[in-house]
Amino acid sequence: MMINWLPLFVAIPLGTAFVIPMIAKRLRWVSDLLGNLAMAALAALAFLAIDGQGICHIGSWPTPLGIDLRLDGLSALMLVTINLIGLLATTFSVPYMERYTSKLRYYSLFLFMVAGMNGVVLAGDIFNLYVFMEIAAISSYALVAFGCEHEELEASFKYAVLGSLASSFILMGIALTYGITGTLNMAHMAARISATGMDRTLVLALGMFLCGFGLKAALVPFHAWLPDAHPSAPAPISAMLSGVVIKALGIYVLARLAFNVFGVDLNPHLLRIVRLLGLVSMVVGVFLAIGQWDMKRLFAYHSISQIGYVALGIGLGTPLGIVGGLFHMINHSVFKSLLFLNAGAVEYATETRDLKKLGGLNRAMPVTAQTSLVASLSIAGIPPLNGFWSKLIIVLACVQAGHYWLALAAVIVSLLTLASFLKVQRYAFFEAAKAGLERVREAPLLMRTAMLALAALCAIMALMVLTGMESPWLVGPAANVLNAGVFGTPLGP
Amino acid sequence: MIYALCFVLIVVGLYGVVVKKNVVKIVISLAIMEYGINLLLILIAYRRGGIPPILDETMNVADFARQAVDPLPQALVLTSIVISLGVLALLVALCIRLYERYGTFDITEMRRLKG
Repeated sequence: MMINWLPLFVAIPLGTAFVIPMIAKRLRWVSDLLGNLAMAALAALAFLAIDGQGICHIGSWPTPLGIDLRLDGLSALMLVTINLIGLLATTFSVPYMERYTSKLRYYSLFLFMVAGMNGVVLAGDIFNLYVFMEIAAISSYALVAFGCEHEELEASFKYAVLGSLASSFILMGIALTYGITGTLNMAHMAARISATGMDRTLVLALGMFLCGFGLKAALVPFHAWLPDAHPSAPAPISAMLSGVVIKALGIYVLARLAFNVFGVDLNPHLLRIVRLLGLVSMVVGVFLAIGQWDMKRLFAYHSISQIGYVALGIGLGTPLGIVGGLFHMINHSVFKSLLFLNAGAVEYATETRDLKKLGGLNRAMPVTAQTSLVASLSIAGIPPLNGFWSKLIIVLACVQAGHYWLALAAVIVSLLTLASFLKVQRYAFFEAAKAGLERVREAPLLMRTAMLALAALCAIMALMVLTGMESPWLVGPAANVLNAGVFGTPLGP
Repeated sequence: MIYALCFVLIVVGLYGVVVKKNVVKIVISLAIMEYGINLLLILIAYRRGGIPPILDETMNVADFARQAVDPLPQALVLTSIVISLGVLALLVALCIRLYERYGTFDITEMRRLKG
C-alpha cells in the first residue's frame, strides 16, 4: 500500500512549487504556510516509508518499459534525512527569508530542489536519476545566487559551471553504459554487468561516474566550488546544501552504483579509490578550515572534511565500515545543518559573520549559543553526542579491516576539528562583547524552534547505537542493502 | 572514426571550459561539450542502413526489430537537450547579472571570494 504512494514524494513538492507563485502573490503568508505544510507532509510520509520496500511501476507499465520508483532501506534512510532537514529548514526560513525580496520564488525553488532529491533516491533507472539530479542541481544553482550580490553571483556561476561539467560526465557515463548493457534500469544493468564482467568501456564509464558524482559530493580534488557556493547561499539553503544535497546527489549515488550496480567484486580498485578520496578530503578539508575567519566558510570546509569520513567509511567496504559511513552521513546532516542555521541566526542578529567582529553572543543570544555548542561538540566527536558514535564506528571499522594508519588519521582529524570549533565558540560566543554588538537580540521564535529541534536530534540520534552497534535502527537496513551486493532478483511485487 | 570525432568535440568543449577567461565563452564551451555527448548518445543507437523506428502495418515485427535504429537514446537526447536548455538559460542570466555587477566578462577580475 505504501508503495503506491511513492510518487507523492515527487508530486507533492512539484505541485506545491507550481501552486505557490500562482496564489501567493497577493497573500504573502500563504507561501510560508504552503511551503511548511508540504514539507511537514513529506516528512510524515518519509517516516511511514521506513519499513516499506518494493517497486512502484508508474502507470502500471512492467519494469523495463515504464518508470520505476524503488524503495529499499537505503532510499528510506535518505528520504527521512532529506525531508526532515527540509522541514526544519523551511521552519527557519519563515522569519529568516523576510530579508530577501521574493519569498514565493524562494519556496518554489526550495521545493523543486526537494522534489529532485526525493526523485534521485527513489529512481529505479539511471536516466531518471539523471533527470531528477538536474532538477535538484538547477534549482540549487539559482538558490545560491538568490541574493544577487557580487559574491553570490560569482559563487553561483562557479557552482553552475562545475555542476554542469559533472552532469556532462555523468550523462556520458550513462551513454557508455547503455551502449554496453542495452538497458537503463539499474537492476537489469547490474544483472548484465555481473553476467558479462567489466570491459574497457565500462571501466571508462565507471571513471566518468566517479568524477561526476565526486564533483557533486565535493570530494577533494573536486571540491573547489563548495567553499564558495555554500557560504554564499541564504542560511537555510546552506544548511540544505551542506546537510543534504552533497549526500543525496553525490555519496548516495556513488554508493548505489559502486555496490549495487557495478559490484565491488568486479572492481577491486574502486573502493581503494573511494577510500583514498575520503582520506584526502578529510585531511585537506580540516586544514583549510582551521584558518578561516568567515563563520560559514569555516563550516563549509568542514563539510568537505566530514564527507571525507563518510567516503572513508563506505570505502572500507566492510559491513561495520558501511554502517559507520552511513551513520556519520545522517549525523553530519543534522549537526551541519544546525551549525549553518546558527550562523544564519548570528548573521540575522548582527549583520556579520566575521569571527573577528563577533564576541560575547552567549549572553545576548542564549539559544543560538547553546545549540551551536551542542553542534560543535557533536561534530568534534565528544561523547555522548551522535558524532562521537559514528566516528567511533568508523575508527573501529578501520582497525578491524587492518588499516591502522587510516584509523590514526581519522582520530587526528577529529582533534583538529575540535580545535577549529573551539575557535568558533571562543570568538563568537564566549569572548567579551565587541563594540557595536550591544543591541543584539535573540533570533525569532520559529528560528529558535528549528535550532532547538536539531540540537535535540543530535542527542536523540546518539541513542540509535543502543539498538545495536553493528546495525542501528534505520541505518542497519540501509547498510544491508549495500552489503547485499549487486541487485539480484527484483524486490517484491 | 565518427566516435573519435565525437570525443574530439567533447574534449574541445572541456578545453574551453578549463582555459577560457570570458564567462560567455565558458558557457559556449559547456554547450559544445553537451552537443558532443548528445551526438555520442545518438551514435550508440545508430546502425548502418537502419530505418526509422516507426512500425507500420506492412512490416512484420521481426524484420522491423532487425532493421530499425534504437529509439530509446533519441528520447534521451530530447530530454537532455531540454535540460541543457534550462542550464544554458540560467547560466546566461547569471552572465548578464555578473556583467551588471562587475562591468566585465573576464573571470579573472571576479575575485571577491578566496581562501
